[in-house]
Amino acid sequence: MSSPTRFKKTSLIALGIAIVLIIVGVIVNLLPIPDDSMWRVLFGVSTLNFTLRATIPLALGAMAGILCERTGIINIGIEGMMLAGAYAGFVAKVATNSWPLMPSLLFGVAAALLAGAAMGYIHALFSIKFKMDQIISGTFLILLAGGLTAYLFNPDMVAEGKFSPIAIPVLSKIPVIGDIFFNNPPITYTALILVAVLHVALFHTKWGLRSRAAGEHPRAADTVGINVNFYRYMNTTLGGMVAGLAGGFLVLEAVGQFQEGMTAGRGFISLAAMIFGNWMPFGALGAATLFGYTQGVQNALLLAGVVNIPRHFISMLPYVVTIIAVAGFVGRVRPPAAEGKVYETEGSSE
Amino acid sequence: MGNFSLRRLFRSLLIPLLAVFSALIVGAIIMWLAGDNPVAAYKGLFQGAFGSARGWATTIRKWSPLLLTGLSVAIAFQAGLFNIGASGQFMMGTIFSVWVGINFTDMPAIIHVPLAISAGILGGLLWGAVPGILKVTTGAHEVITTIMLNYIAALFAGWTVYAGGSQGQKPGPLWDPAAKAISQTPPVVDSARIPFIFGPPYRVHWGIALAIITIFVMAWLIYKTTIGFELRTVGQNFKASKYAGIRVGWTIILAMMLAGALAGMAGAIETLGVNFKFAPEFGGSVGFDGITVALLGQTNPFGVGLAAFFMASLAAGGAKMQFDSGVSSDIIQVINALMLAFVAAPAIIRYIYRIRKAPEEAETTPKISWGG
Repeated sequence: MSSPTRFKKTSLIALGIAIVLIIVGVIVNLLPIPDDSMWRVLFGVSTLNFTLRATIPLALGAMAGILCERTGIINIGIEGMMLAGAYAGFVAKVATNSWPLMPSLLFGVAAALLAGAAMGYIHALFSIKFKMDQIISGTFLILLAGGLTAYLFNPDMVAEGKFSPIAIPVLSKIPVIGDIFFNNPPITYTALILVAVLHVALFHTKWGLRSRAAGEHPRAADTVGINVNFYRYMNTTLGGMVAGLAGGFLVLEAVGQFQEGMTAGRGFISLAAMIFGNWMPFGALGAATLFGYTQGVQNALLLAGVVNIPRHFISMLPYVVTIIAVAGFVGRVRPPAAEGKVYETEGSSE
Repeated sequence: MGNFSLRRLFRSLLIPLLAVFSALIVGAIIMWLAGDNPVAAYKGLFQGAFGSARGWATTIRKWSPLLLTGLSVAIAFQAGLFNIGASGQFMMGTIFSVWVGINFTDMPAIIHVPLAISAGILGGLLWGAVPGILKVTTGAHEVITTIMLNYIAALFAGWTVYAGGSQGQKPGPLWDPAAKAISQTPPVVDSARIPFIFGPPYRVHWGIALAIITIFVMAWLIYKTTIGFELRTVGQNFKASKYAGIRVGWTIILAMMLAGALAGMAGAIETLGVNFKFAPEFGGSVGFDGITVALLGQTNPFGVGLAAFFMASLAAGGAKMQFDSGVSSDIIQVINALMLAFVAAPAIIRYIYRIRKAPEEAETTPKISWGG
């Protein structure tokens, strides 16, 4: 590894695909191409808008995964963390339906963050203190969230209102780009900013260096005085919060209501995006965009009446791409070296 | 197995039993906090599972898929592999068996049933082989590949029975035109159905006998054969088994194929004995339940049998529990999750009940990392 910020091949591929998508989108939408042309269907503003909406929860889920895994805690429980966040956000929103809309929604976001943090903390506690296999702990989170939210959910509850788009002055007037990126509800902006923040934090701050050290070489980190398990606790809890926000996005910004099992595998696609993006924030965002685009395109093809490609095969794409990436067919992805391993200080029982 | 002693048996049962007990207690606390009556719930649960002949029948009917997916996850654990892919392998087993079950019409049951079950086993085996081969040839971690393969299998299965769309989308190859807009296969022909031991209303079929025989076959395979020895050696000490001359790569692929075959068999038996057709919503949480069963059974085939029976009784009693006490049967998934947590982290159980760790006690769950 020459430089920590150097993008690996797969994360470049992922990011490249996302950038190409945007460029093609801009060109297609600025040229006088007829409305029924295939280009318009595949790259129209509405398709790309849908893509962004599908991408946000995946990107947040992937950031949650990166936060945990960079410090050495495997997180396959993103799905459960998201679902817990979605449910908590929903309940908080319903409980404050009588408040003005914005405070009520923000209260919902706070609840989603808190529930996600709780899930993250449980994951850290089980993985670190009780030395549970981290994959089993993640499985536990998925089952627990699925069971608890189904058990507690009362279909009579109705959340009133959701976040509406906020147009950014000036920027939203840019043709195409403005329509896609600068006229969105708040969690969408937050998510995009978070990707950049996480990249800077991971690779250009003391916190990031220490977090990565805990995930790559905990013994060495310990030797220079870094409290490995403290970083693991902190980042897994933070990761849970980010996954909780993804759940909050689904309830408070996208759908407006809670449905049983509404995360519908997004946590697993996030996991795939994180891996395909090679545990890099921008790589994962690129992968999430690609995966979001498979959903956007399905939608667009259906609306355009293009039916000779079964939607099932388009939906398979994220999963197939991920297998190809982990199998190293497009340049190997590499997880943090100490992932999944319990760290015990010298002199303790191991 | 060889040097059997009561003390060791007690030791090996202690953690799972305490895990079940603790999960039921925590489940009760959750119900109480949510304003439900846990005593009434557990009473309904028990009566639903064992209070009547029908209850017993439902428990037994739900036993075989849990048992087989549990064995599937357990045999992979024995080889140090984590098979999260049981649900995908189950799905492929279902599709293969249903294909044989609807397409061969002039065949006596004595040939058709075994053929359809074998097809299901083959479907699961092939789907299980993929992550095994990928792991050996490219190092791709089986946890990632099996999760992805689950989704691919579910989408593939969904496509095979897809009813087509109103805009002229082509229906899938196994779709039943008689079902009109509903995405499902036609029913499998009578000759492909597993005969009943007890007919309706009990609907207990001979698949359970097959599942129980499979426990013994697996126990023999794991503990009494060279293959089983190699499998366990690879699982316990990857490096040493290489130096000992075991073909590690082949053993890993074989373990994944066996795991897939068992889950595929579960799918076949469920299809040919209970559902008689396939629709995308079948399958449910069977893969994740298999993980809980395998760990609760401490990856021992007989333990898996017991654990599966217990989880089947929970699943069977759920409906009556909900009816009698008004407690949503979704609480059972919470209890399952808690059992998984408690049994997978004996440290929690030891912490709560102040049990000391026996020096000879081996860890029953593998330690896994992506890097591999």
